Amino acid sequence: MSYHVPRAEGEIDPTFNGRAAGGYPLWEVFIRAKRGLNHVHAGSVHAPDAETAVLAARDVYTRRSEGVSIWVVPSAQIHASDPDEADAFFDSDKPYRHPTFYQIPEEVGHM
Amino acid sequence: MATTTTTSTAALVTYLLRLADDNLILAQRLGAAISWMPDVEDDVAVANLCLDHLGQARNLLTYAGSVEGAGRTEDDLAMLRGEREMFNAVLMEQPNGDFAHIVVRQLFADAYQVPLYEALTASADPELSAIAAKAAKEARYHLRWSSAWVVRLGDGTDESHRRMQAAVDGLWSFTGDLFTTDAVEAELAGAGVAPGIDAVRARFNATVAEVLAEATLSVPTDPYQRIGGRTGYHTEHLGHLLPEMQSLYRAHPGAEW
Repeated sequence: MSYHVPRAEGEIDPTFNGRAAGGYPLWEVFIRAKRGLNHVHAGSVHAPDAETAVLAARDVYTRRSEGVSIWVVPSAQIHASDPDEADAFFDSDKPYRHPTFYQIPEEVGHM
Repeated sequence: MATTTTTSTAALVTYLLRLADDNLILAQRLGAAISWMPDVEDDVAVANLCLDHLGQARNLLTYAGSVEGAGRTEDDLAMLRGEREMFNAVLMEQPNGDFAHIVVRQLFADAYQVPLYEALTASADPELSAIAAKAAKEARYHLRWSSAWVVRLGDGTDESHRRMQAAVDGLWSFTGDLFTTDAVEAELAGAGVAPGIDAVRARFNATVAEVLAEATLSVPTDPYQRIGGRTGYHTEHLGHLLPEMQSLYRAHPGAEW
């Protein structure tokens, strides 16, 4: 969230850790559902620090009993693959990597 | 025997209305703060707080109505009582002001409600005990939220510290009303229905002292306290809050939507 707030003359322009107030860093939120095994990305929140981010995530993303556990991660700490390189990264034309070509001996039965 | 029962019923109804009105009036204030918070995350947070307090108010008002036995519903009790019939502590009706006032008022309310509800879960009245058990869980989260903001803003910038101390100083004289007690509460405490208020006050003082110390804010020493809410004597702010809250219901009694 960042929007311009007009300042009165002489008003102190507050900063937090060198950032203008109202420009809190972004956090990615991961929620584990009651019957889920893993935390799933739910969205993001703005917050000044990790503890506040957990509180904000609880209030924004678990209002309707969606989860029993919350992770927050600074968005800046997430390193992503480059969409322009998707062709090189995600060449999907290698069906032989799926195990469907193996013959399973009858003695093994269902796997 | 009949006299004792009558007295106890009246005392219980009064006590339930005091508990309910704290939540009803605070919920109204918090509802008016939605969309005025510093960021969208806290707009949602304050809406959650508002709905928790409103839910507690509804449970308590419904129960008060059934104990009273005069056929008044939660809506009647919330919407058709005037200023002198509302028994909330005067802290709850104080205006929103800036974000500092909202979080400090909330800290004081939460530091009071957590020990109050935890003690009420042991109430001799099973219905009140059940309502308190649900409310205690909510109050513990509220306290985390309010104390987190008080610490961050108190121990934040010069400007946020100044505003927080101003809010603490401005609201402090309304906290004593939370702990005023009278024959009504003495009777219920004697019967094990209400907790002894001294233990609640000791935990309130400890919580407030701890949070304000971490926030680098000082606890006011001014001994003046504005009391009277529990017997219907309010600050001028409730007289403006009530018509805004009640006008629709009074204009269209029994309306449903």
